[in-house]
Order: sequence, then structure tokens, then C-alpha cells
Amino acid sequence: MADPRALYQEVILDHNRKPRNYGTLEHASHQASGHNPLCGDHIDVALHLRGDCIDAIAFQGASCAICKASASMMTVAVKGKTLTEAETLIHEFTAMSTGKLDLSGDHHMGRLVVFAGIADLPVRVKCAILPWHTLHAAFSAVARTSTEAEQDPMHVTIGDA
Amino acid sequence: MNALQAVRKAPVVQGFDVERIRADFPILKLQVNGKPLVYLDNAASSQMPQQVIDRLVRYQTTQHANINRAVHSLSEIATNAYEQARRKLQHFIHAREEREVIFTSGTTDAINLVMHGYGRKFIAPGDEIILTTMEHHSNIVPWQMLAEEKGATIRVVPINDAGELVIEDYEKLFNKRTKFVSVMHVSNALGTINPIKQMIAFAHERGVPVLVDGAQAVPHLPVDVQDLDCDFYAFSGHKLCGPTGIGILYGKAALLERMQPFKGGGDMILSVTFEKTTYNTIPHKFEAGTPPIAAAIGLAAAVDYLSTIGMDAIEEHELSLLHHATTQLSRMPGVRIIGTAKNKAAVLSFTVDGVHPHDIGTLLNQDGIAVRTGHHCAQPVMQRYKLPATSRASFAFYNTLSEVDTLVAGIRSVQKVFA
Repeated sequence: MADPRALYQEVILDHNRKPRNYGTLEHASHQASGHNPLCGDHIDVALHLRGDCIDAIAFQGASCAICKASASMMTVAVKGKTLTEAETLIHEFTAMSTGKLDLSGDHHMGRLVVFAGIADLPVRVKCAILPWHTLHAAFSAVARTSTEAEQDPMHVTIGDA
Repeated sequence: MNALQAVRKAPVVQGFDVERIRADFPILKLQVNGKPLVYLDNAASSQMPQQVIDRLVRYQTTQHANINRAVHSLSEIATNAYEQARRKLQHFIHAREEREVIFTSGTTDAINLVMHGYGRKFIAPGDEIILTTMEHHSNIVPWQMLAEEKGATIRVVPINDAGELVIEDYEKLFNKRTKFVSVMHVSNALGTINPIKQMIAFAHERGVPVLVDGAQAVPHLPVDVQDLDCDFYAFSGHKLCGPTGIGILYGKAALLERMQPFKGGGDMILSVTFEKTTYNTIPHKFEAGTPPIAAAIGLAAAVDYLSTIGMDAIEEHELSLLHHATTQLSRMPGVRIIGTAKNKAAVLSFTVDGVHPHDIGTLLNQDGIAVRTGHHCAQPVMQRYKLPATSRASFAFYNTLSEVDTLVAGIRSVQKVFA
């Protein structure tokens, strides 16, 4: 297993300490709540779409450092992006977290590659994915989502992770 | 060996040689992430000594057959070993009769047995069942299911900030509708040892039977069900150095006899026709189907092992570990101990300011330290303290003072990462 201290590097600790786009959004057009009943993490994501473009996004919640930093960096990454671009990021982030993204090939992860090490910590994969999962739910106007929901498109069992 | 090492390695209890005990547990020799395993998740499941592993191998190698019916030799050997296991468990908890000891698949199964066998027969609409805030989900959910089915009500004993039951409030909950009390002996989330003998006596004065969830008590302190005078006592094998899939329900014979069966099937009957089935006598009435024979025999070997060391000595050593850990953690800035009852078993729940328990768990694991992080299947306790989760170190008799020091150093290094 990779040293998890490599995961808890400065950029993640910094986003945990000072999360970006943290709070609520007054005129949200889409929002969703995400919850991981196994550990109690929960997160609210709200965004505003102008046409096809995410022009505002905010999150809040109570979670571990991995989840909070992932959410913070996600809001930075998708702000100003189109829905299609954001869905690509969701897809790639999920693939990367479960070790299925070829990081040497073409991808759009940018600074998000700091989360690549989560693939070595199967029990923590859901912590990193929860904000992305919640964002996806917000797009589909699903009000509440859960990492344990049956219809969960990103549901990963420990064995598969 | 220098003086400091000598102090740390010295057995705490006179004649209690923790290094010799550790040699019995092959898993404790493991390295995790390149570090010696420091296993502090004993409240979730304990480890198994070689003596129990050997007993399981001997059973499977030379004694296995189905029990009770066949006339062949192996079946007789297996039946005798299984019933001898029952007697060993009977003596371990000081039950009056061996038929009062029922093999179940674990504590959860045992509580469900009482819910179905006693609750569904004797609880009526409007009746009240008393539980406590600190119960494990396994001692909440079955009673909620019963209450929903019967139109009964759950009443809950509160806890104070130290994590102790408020006994005056417990006593005030009783009224003529009170028909059952189910309470844990030792809290898995807080470590609190509840005054169950006093609580049982109070309930009995009002004619109310009491079930005790002893999952966290039996592995750590001597338990005498006759002295406690409990009506039911449930516990698990795998927290007691035994196998998973086995547990015990102790019940007073008079109550067990009046109860309806929980599961129907083979072994729990005397005769079956399509018109009428006559149930077997206790304990067999509650052991439908082929039981976990090997696990029962393994559990008996585990209580033999624990009895050789002595539950008093085990309790004393574990309390010295708890005292050492509590002293050090309470001195650490930013660390808060959750559960500070005067009477505690060796369970230490804690939080670290600014660090989520899951991050603590992941980083401690890197040092080879296994702790539990989460709500410990006791969400009402977490709600009481307004916490999403805690980290929990739970000690066994094979843990050492120097392992406690490793935990303390591990928490310091977590704090450094998040500083």
C-alpha cells in the first residue's frame, strides 16, 4: 500500500483547512445532498446554471479531510465549465479514485491527481467520491443521494474499489 | 535491556506475564505497513489464541459429524463435544443449569431470539419497554420492530455527560405498563460499566424481566448470571477469543420454557405431523437446524483458555492499560475523551480537534495501529454528544503498556500532519 501520508499532502490539507466555495448559494438552480451512512459524512452541493454553464457553485457539510478537500477542489474545477465538461470530470475522477484511469494517457484531472493515491485505500474511496457523486445528483435534480443507494451510479463495493 | 524498557515490559499484575500470553496469539506477530501490529479494536472482535485454533483443527480433523441423531461413533463424539461445550459455557457464566445456555449465532441473534420468543408472545399494545441511550443498534432495532408490531412504546434512559446512566430517571420510567427492560452491561462506545445488578433488582421489585446485553462485559470481567439475577444474558464468541458465528443466550429456565420458539426446523421438535408439531425441550427448542458445532466447541476452548489466565487477572491488566491510556490522552491538548464514567472497562473513545476520526484511523493504520472509527453502531450515543463519530481504542489482556505508548505517539503524529 502507498503511504497515505502522501495523500495527506499540503494541497489536500490546505483545502481541508480553507475550503473554497464553502457555504450556501442564494439562487441555486440545482442542488443535492450526499450522505455516506457508513461513516456519517454528509455534504450539500448547490449550483447555478446559466445556459449550459456552471456560473456559481457552493458546498457545505461535515466530513473527513479527504471528502472536504475533494469537494473544495471539485468546486474550483467545475466552476465555469459546461455540464458536459463537468460530467467528464466526474467520470474521470471516479475512474481515478478506483484505479481505473490511465494517468499517463489523456485526461482532465489537472491538480486533482493529488487524489490518485486514494485508489490504494479502498475504504476511503467513498470519502473522495461523495462530493462528485452529489454533484452528479444535482445535475439530475435528485434531491438526496447516498453512497449506499442502489441506483447509485458510482456505487463501488470495497472489493471492486 | 535498559531500565526504561524494563519498566515498560514488566508484567503489571503479579504473575501476569503478558509477553507469554502474546506468544499464544499468532496474529500478534504480524507486521502491518511495515510496523508491528498494534491491535486495539478488540471491542469489535478479539483475536484467537493457538489453543483455540488447534481445538478447531482437531475437531475438523478427527471429530466432525452432525450431532444428535446418528448412531455412528463420530456423531456421538461430536454430540458429546458440543454438549460439553454447553456445560463449559454454563460454568463460565455460573448458570444454574446447562439447559439455560442456548447456542445462538451471536449477541444480535440472541436478542432477536428473546424479542421473538418472549416479546411477541407477552408484549401487548400499550406496553412499555425500557432501553438506554447508550445501547448498541442490536439492542434497539429488534425492540423497535416489536413495538411497531405490537403498538408498544420504547422508553429510553438518558445518560449524563460522563456517559453514565441517570439511575433516578431509569427508576422514574417505571409504571404499570412497563413490561420489559433491555440494557447493556458495558458500553461499546463509551466503556461505561452499568450498575445492572441494582437495575435488575429495581425491575424485579416491579415484576419486570431484564435482558442484559453482555457482549462487551463477558470478555473483560467475571460474570455471574445468578448473582446478577438477570432473566436473560446475551454475548458473542468472537469478542471472547472464540470464532465468529457463535454466541450465547442465557435465560432462566422457567422463562425459556414459557417462550415460543424463534426459528422452526429440525432438532427443535419432538414430533412432527402435518396436523401438529410438538416442540423439543429447552435448550433444543431454540436451536433449530444444524448448529455451528465447530464454533461452539471452539468457544468452549476459548473460555477454557481465559479461565486459565483468570477473568480477575484479565480485568486488572486491562484496567492498568485503560488507566495508562486515559492519563496520557487527557494530557494531550486538542484530545477529548468521550466517556469518563467512574466505572469503566478498557474502551477509550476520543476525538482530536480539527481531525475527522476517519483521517485519524487511516493515519494510525500507517503506524500499524488498528483502531475503530465511526459511530460504533451506537448512533444515539453520537447524537447525545453531538458528534458524527469518534475514534476508539479498545484493549484486550494481550495488549501492553508500550502499545498504549505507540498509540499516543501515533495520535501526536496525526496532530502534526494536521497542524
